[in-house]
Amino acid sequence: MNQYKLIYKPLGSIAILIEWPYEINNDILKNIHLFKSRIKTKLADFILDTVPAYNSLTIFFDTDKIKYSSIVNKIKELYKLKDQTLKTNSILYKIPVCYDDIFGIDLNEMSRTLKISKENIFKIHSSVIYDVFFIGFLPGFLYLGGLPEEIHYKRKSLPRLKIEKGSIGIAGGQTGMYPRESPGGWNIIGNSPINIFDVKTDPPCFAKAGDKIQFVPIDLKTHQDLTKQIQLGTYLIENEVYG
Amino acid sequence: MKFMDSNILILSAGMRSSIQDLGRKGKRCYGVPISGAMDKFSAILANKLLNNDEGLPVMEITLVGPKIYFEDYTLIAITGANMSPILNGESIEMNFIYSVKSGDILSFGKLIYGSRSYLGVKGGFQTERILNSFSQFEGITKHRLINKGDRLRISNIDTELGVTSSKIKVKKIHFKSDKVEVTKGPEYNRLSKNQREYLFSEKFEIDALNNRMGYQLKSKRMPLKESEIITSAIIPGTVQLTPSGKLIIMMRDCPTTGGYPRILQLTDLAINQLAQKKTGDVFKFDLESSFKFLKRLIK
Repeated sequence: MNQYKLIYKPLGSIAILIEWPYEINNDILKNIHLFKSRIKTKLADFILDTVPAYNSLTIFFDTDKIKYSSIVNKIKELYKLKDQTLKTNSILYKIPVCYDDIFGIDLNEMSRTLKISKENIFKIHSSVIYDVFFIGFLPGFLYLGGLPEEIHYKRKSLPRLKIEKGSIGIAGGQTGMYPRESPGGWNIIGNSPINIFDVKTDPPCFAKAGDKIQFVPIDLKTHQDLTKQIQLGTYLIENEVYG
Repeated sequence: MKFMDSNILILSAGMRSSIQDLGRKGKRCYGVPISGAMDKFSAILANKLLNNDEGLPVMEITLVGPKIYFEDYTLIAITGANMSPILNGESIEMNFIYSVKSGDILSFGKLIYGSRSYLGVKGGFQTERILNSFSQFEGITKHRLINKGDRLRISNIDTELGVTSSKIKVKKIHFKSDKVEVTKGPEYNRLSKNQREYLFSEKFEIDALNNRMGYQLKSKRMPLKESEIITSAIIPGTVQLTPSGKLIIMMRDCPTTGGYPRILQLTDLAINQLAQKKTGDVFKFDLESSFKFLKRLIK
């Protein structure tokens, strides 16, 4: 495991905020996820929850069992361990997306401003494999890293009051999918029929921080067919172990 | 032995009434907020009066009370804000156990103090339990609030129980405190000396934008040079300073992550007390002594 200079701070008296250098990159992401799984495995008795983010990891611990100072010391010791045996398994999920104008309500404006055809925008968008950095903002809202720079596009200055469930959006260098209807300021380029967050399952979200996502373009007819299959519960999201 | 559901019927919903327990734990990694009673102290007290487990779901009532028809026998206790509770037309006491039977009606009158009441029933409400919690939250439970006409299941009690508890006195400071206890947040050091002085000398007024997700404060705009952070964890009680210089205190339904500097952090006691404040109330931030804070952190 790489060694960064980490900063440990209390977040209230229930959590430890661990901070990596102030930047967003894949090495830091990997380091956070490796450290997270090490902490969850080795200190399982004390850990209640974790919130990884771009350059931080917040650990919620059981205050009935251990005090902040003791758990921080245990965590610091874990980071020093040299063993390479802990490997996290990433899963690649293939998420079908319809980039039709019906859904991609900001494609026209983006195409004009970026001087890239609509078709090329979605070709670029679906050409890469994204990293799930973390889940936040809404239950099941995946923060994805790896959006090609050609289609970075600034957030709307005035958020929309209603964005449809399943909308795929771009905000600056980030792309993501709305797990449910919500207000939001991202530029909408398509829609996926899949349920990314389902309270009837536990865990409620099939993806977790550290997994991979690829968007697979589908046409309007397929979107309608998949919507039916998903309602009937007969659709399974394509996935494979990655790396 | 006969086994039947016991229910209550909501004749009118009151304002933003919802079922809450102590929160949805261990699901933050999927972006699921913790939720739970805004004033945990009062929610737990309602359960304790009833000799329930402290984590059983209770009804959280905000500013205006509902009207409830009991279809079956149970015991009730009302804690938190005093909204002049009335049982079958007669005033009843706060923080006290009453037995109710089929046909009884509970209603509320004028708000005397506080802003959130908690109605506990013997054995707790038996509503929808999702991801290990009864707390209602948009997108998680079917409904985010209690509505007129809802029939809510409550625990079945087959024999009439005696009422044994005596009234419990709750200190008024819980509702009237004009100080909100805080510790330094992760980005506290971004504040200038002047900003720190302003933060701890000024009285802040609660803006009309206040709900289970957060309380916005009326304040002088105090923008920071570095006005954003790379998105990171927030928790109930985190005080965020927005790029336009506004102060927002996150409450129980807040998202799991946020992108604004976290300058202060309310203690759990302070969150409970703030939950009893409403639009127009004023308070000062009170920085918890380092000694007291360290004592809580160090063993």
